[in-house]
Amino acid sequence: MQAQTPAPGQPQQHAQQHPIGLYLKVWGLLFVLSTLSYLVDYFHFHGLLRWGLIIVFMLLKAGLIVAVFMHMAWERLALACAILLPPLCLLVLVALMAIEADQKLLTNLTVFR
Amino acid sequence: MSAVTLPGRAVPEPREPRPTHVAATTGSGAPAGWRGLVADWSSDQQAFKVSWGKAMMWIFLLSDTFVFSCFLTGYMTVRTGSAVPWPNASHVFALNIGGNEVPLILIAIMTFVLISSSGTMAMAVNCAYRRDRINAAALMIVTAGFGETFVGMQAFEWTKLILEGVRPWGNPMGAPQFGSSFFMITGFHGLHVTIGVIYLLTVAVRLLRGRYEKAGNYQIVEIAGLYWHFVDLVWVFIFALFYLW
Repeated sequence: MQAQTPAPGQPQQHAQQHPIGLYLKVWGLLFVLSTLSYLVDYFHFHGLLRWGLIIVFMLLKAGLIVAVFMHMAWERLALACAILLPPLCLLVLVALMAIEADQKLLTNLTVFR
Repeated sequence: MSAVTLPGRAVPEPREPRPTHVAATTGSGAPAGWRGLVADWSSDQQAFKVSWGKAMMWIFLLSDTFVFSCFLTGYMTVRTGSAVPWPNASHVFALNIGGNEVPLILIAIMTFVLISSSGTMAMAVNCAYRRDRINAAALMIVTAGFGETFVGMQAFEWTKLILEGVRPWGNPMGAPQFGSSFFMITGFHGLHVTIGVIYLLTVAVRLLRGRYEKAGNYQIVEIAGLYWHFVDLVWVFIFALFYLW
């Protein structure tokens, strides 16, 4: 039977214990980021600025939740890769569907009007 | 030397029970055929050095990521492909407060409620690993309360839109696909929140009854937390892509 080798440098694999202060800081940051993304709508930003800000705030919030609240920052690389890499395939789906949607819009405008 | 045991921390966390069957022997002793296939895939191989519960929760969440991504991609497709203008979410989800129309205010409050619930959940996990089961259970019940508040506000929002004539097949504000996208995406997310509330309350009751104290393993709180934070994570994407787009 193969011996389970303990993870080097991470003695507490089974207990993700981190100071409450860290959680409170992330909580505060998430509040600030949510307020900022709400303000993007409130002040009627348009175009590339609106899109850029919305996407940046969204990714920052998602990153904070996954890394700190879900403890992914302290998990081993094998688990992080297994969970975080497969969703990148979705970018292909989004790209394909974006092309499809443009083609559908063109059809709608030329044929069904 | 005195045999004083420290309270709490001194109790060793028991290891995950290892499978009782011993891995197949290497070399010529390895079983062949179907038995060999099962042995090769299931024996003592271990890629993830976490408990099976946590690994399985992560894999479930990965599959759920794909489900929600399909919904959001479908929404993107019908919205981009629609020749009829899409309803302006900023106006559709505005509330009239004191004679002023405040855009998206309910959605903003829902966002803050869900983020707060994630904060209390993270603290519940911290308490659980300190074996402070009363505070862990209390924080989980607070988390479930925030979740239920969120679902309540969502029910209010659904009622408001249904009264305004929004249906899955059409609405008075613009592209008919707006209704189906809205009900499908927020409905599926609301279902996740509701299931999460039930899950959290179940674990909280078991915490209070001392079930995990007896077993000496509080990791279930972290695993339930993973599910809850995921629900919050999905809302981040819905908020940005459905409500702010």
